[in-house]
Amino acid sequence: MSTQVTEQETETEPETEQESAHQQRRMAEKRERADMRKRAEEELDETEETVRIKVFRYDPEVKGKRDPRFDTFRIPFKKGMTVLDALIYARDHFDSSLTFRHSCRQAICGSDALFINGRQRLGCQTQMSDLDWPVRIEPLPHADVVKDLVVDMEHFYDQMESVEPYFQTNDLPTGKLDEQRQDRENREKVKMSTRCIWCAACMSSCNIAAGDNEYLGPAAINKAYRFAMDEREGEDMKEHRINIIEQEHGVWRCQTQFSCTEVCPKDIPLTEHIQELKREAVKSNLKFW
Amino acid sequence: MHEHDVIVVGAGGAGLRAAIAAHEAGADVAMVTKLHPVRSHTGAAEGGINAALRDGDDWELHAYDTMKGSDYLGDAPAIETLAQDAPEEVVQLEHWGMPFSREEDGRVSQRPFGGLSFPRTTYAGAETGHHLLHTMYEQVVKRGIQVYDEFYVSRLAVTDHDDPEDRECHGVVAYDIKNGEVVGFRATGGVILATGGDGQVFDHTTNAVANTGDGPAMAYRVGVPVEDMEFVQFHPTTLPSTGVLISEGVRGEGGILYNSEGERFMFEYGYANNAGELASRDVVARAELTEVNNGRGIEDEYVYLDMRHLGEERIYDRLENIIHLAEDFEGVNPVDEPMPVKPGQHYHMGGIETNEHGQTCIDGLYAAGECACASVHGSNRLGGNALPELIVFGARAGHHAAGRDLGEPEVPTGLGAKSEDEDSLDTPVEPGAVAGSDEDVAADGALVEPREVVEHAVETERQRIETLLERDGTNHAEIRADLQKAMTENVNVFRNKEGLQEALEVIRECRERYQDVAVSDPSRTFNTDLIHTIETRNLIDVAETITLGALAREEFRGAHWRQEHQERKDENWLKHTMIAWNDGTPELYYKPVILEGEDKEYEPKVRSY
Ligand SMILES: Cc1cc2nc3c(=O)[nH]c(=O)nc-3n(C[C@H](O)[C@H](O)[C@H](O)COP(=O)(O)OP(=O)(O)OC[C@H]3O[C@@H](n4cnc5c(N)ncnc54)[C@H](O)[C@@H]3O)c2cc1C
Ligand code: SF4
Ligand code: FES
Repeated sequence: MSTQVTEQETETEPETEQESAHQQRRMAEKRERADMRKRAEEELDETEETVRIKVFRYDPEVKGKRDPRFDTFRIPFKKGMTVLDALIYARDHFDSSLTFRHSCRQAICGSDALFINGRQRLGCQTQMSDLDWPVRIEPLPHADVVKDLVVDMEHFYDQMESVEPYFQTNDLPTGKLDEQRQDRENREKVKMSTRCIWCAACMSSCNIAAGDNEYLGPAAINKAYRFAMDEREGEDMKEHRINIIEQEHGVWRCQTQFSCTEVCPKDIPLTEHIQELKREAVKSNLKFW
Repeated sequence: MHEHDVIVVGAGGAGLRAAIAAHEAGADVAMVTKLHPVRSHTGAAEGGINAALRDGDDWELHAYDTMKGSDYLGDAPAIETLAQDAPEEVVQLEHWGMPFSREEDGRVSQRPFGGLSFPRTTYAGAETGHHLLHTMYEQVVKRGIQVYDEFYVSRLAVTDHDDPEDRECHGVVAYDIKNGEVVGFRATGGVILATGGDGQVFDHTTNAVANTGDGPAMAYRVGVPVEDMEFVQFHPTTLPSTGVLISEGVRGEGGILYNSEGERFMFEYGYANNAGELASRDVVARAELTEVNNGRGIEDEYVYLDMRHLGEERIYDRLENIIHLAEDFEGVNPVDEPMPVKPGQHYHMGGIETNEHGQTCIDGLYAAGECACASVHGSNRLGGNALPELIVFGARAGHHAAGRDLGEPEVPTGLGAKSEDEDSLDTPVEPGAVAGSDEDVAADGALVEPREVVEHAVETERQRIETLLERDGTNHAEIRADLQKAMTENVNVFRNKEGLQEALEVIRECRERYQDVAVSDPSRTFNTDLIHTIETRNLIDVAETITLGALAREEFRGAHWRQEHQERKDENWLKHTMIAWNDGTPELYYKPVILEGEDKEYEPKVRSY
């Protein structure tokens, strides 16, 4: 475990009185910090329960981190603690170079999808108490690791953007204050599909996507579903959308393994949506026979 | 160096709308953002977005409610603009495909919200912000607007003219998080700051970890005044361990608050004999903290919010989302147990001073969204009014930066830092004032001619980052933690002179300690240690202005409560607190509130509901 933050003396001889006071203050501060760390460790010994997390580490640039490894951190456990809380604790108390994406800590920004005890989950949404300890935390599989728990998301974004992920319609009312009405039912139909937070957990869990880099993947197909099933776009547009997802690396690649549906933190019925689009595709092809 | 007509910093609701508007006006636009756009905190908004769309409602009513809600500290021209532009903007979102909730007749649904005289809050389930953010990002993709995501903007490239009003902004400096490169972005038209909230100043907030007040801090350091910083909104029901918001809907449906003695304290101790749990946000927040301070809190920290009696069916029907939040983020199942809640920082009414076109006092520098203060919320924001602010003022800033003529602004900006009028107040600046000589605490203004401004700023920033990476010293996390603690203890819901002065002292100590800050991760790849270190500096600046403003305002208005001053004092305080950075010292002065609208004057009345 490499959780030691090094303390080095770098100041040269003080030249002026002001600097010397400055340096004294710095030294005092350093001592105080050393104390703090010691206190933190003592506190740790006093807490009843601690949990160990084993975190994947890798940095292409830093000697000693170029060979991927796992670091273990011991974290004081509190009721309600999430995996993200534990990571933040490890970073702020032991190793400030520990790197991971996070922001909202409420399962809405989609930045902290991680591979936790062998499954794709959002760190902020996963309670420590629901997991077997020690907890193993890794970056999302089937994506390039940039550093520690951060993966390259470009490919995922490209797939999302390849399905024309924006509303297109020729039927807009002319008045600037006139709404384009939508049935409640139709809104219900697309509701689940609109909940996607672009976390890429589904893509990472999908065997097909892992083997076929061009496969659109569950999230992008779900995005296509969101618009194809929105009646406000009209029939022609729907046809156009079906053509996109029907391409060689589209819906037909899906082998209904349900792994995407299982891991989606927003409970989107991804596999079902893909199946429904397959049926739509068959229907629209039949029209031309 | 990258060059574009308009550079938008931040890609939340305000930034996206600004970019689309500038693009529509024909400008070449780029967005520079530290998070990928869909990760922005706008996605967390739940309740809805206000717009007068229906018969029986109109913009004037919306403006009136907003003025009253602001406790008469909003500027009428800005408020009227908000109310006038919101309907068209909201319908446009609908035309862009936003999945709003629908009425039987297929029109967008609206619901009642606190402080509104008409049910004018449009919404998309309990995920309005998520849909708003994604819908606008889709439009950005559609238009092919360039997005530099995971680029951290750390400095504005501004000329160093003596008077801020003479300065010009020519671009920004950003740090490419992926590879550590420091890059210049030159903007020929304008730079729009849309960096969102600054809740991380407190250790308990509904805001995202990325909400660190970067925009206000950067603007402040180049000479733009910040306005009404003392007005911070605290929400009464947030989960203690994370600060995740439990919507007002729970109390709306009949949820009950009680203390460690099992007493329904809102009634038991007379905090709100009529409205009880449904009293306004500030009243409930104060009541909860009083219980805790009087030893009737649970674990000395929180109270209980109970909805078990509503029954499983009703809870699932109307508040399903809350079950997930409480389970996921607090490990509590609210169908079987009461939820622990306490007040948390939620929204910042104050921010970068702008007029109703989004312009600041520096030429070419704009701000919109939560980081800005066009002054529509005054001392208290009404629920559902932040989202229309993003799109209305985002769009206006975008249009103006792209060169569209929006007419003469009515809200003035930029009285400048060096105000000598007698109202100016310097006492709170005393405790532990910082020596102005240190380079790091001086303004960011570049000492060069306009053309070279961006290059110079890039060079300065490169050096600063190099120093941070190479030297040894204090870790920012400790400073940040101390700062957040001091703010939460002393500049929270309850405020008094002593506490505020104490906070100010801690803030000044933090500033001193920050002089020695260093980054221990030596890597150039995705160095979040470095980013957080730079953010911490911004938090210090923002915290100082909040505290100074709170010290100066000796009255009780909106979200700002002072122990020694328990009434609203209209004779002296119908004015905005302005703070500007002046040679290493924050300078405080005032600007009158504009109560005169297009064709009526708003009369301050007692704010009761
Ligand atoms: C939990 C919650 C619920 C809410 N509910 C409602 C509601 O129902 N109705 C309502 O009206 N309001 C609501 N609000 C308020 C409203 O959501 C926010 O005020 C609003 O979303 C802020 O939007 P923004 O565009 O200004 O900032 P944000 O959405 O926070 O975006 C900020 C952007 O700036 C970028 N950024 C920041 N710093 C930098 C930097 N240094 N360099 C580069 N980029 C940077 C970020 O990457 C991000 O893209 C709620 C707020 C919260 C926290
Ligand atoms: S579909 Fe679900 S798992 Fe896939 S990106 Fe969207 S939210 Fe994540
Ligand atoms: S931090 Fe935003 S989804 Fe987990």
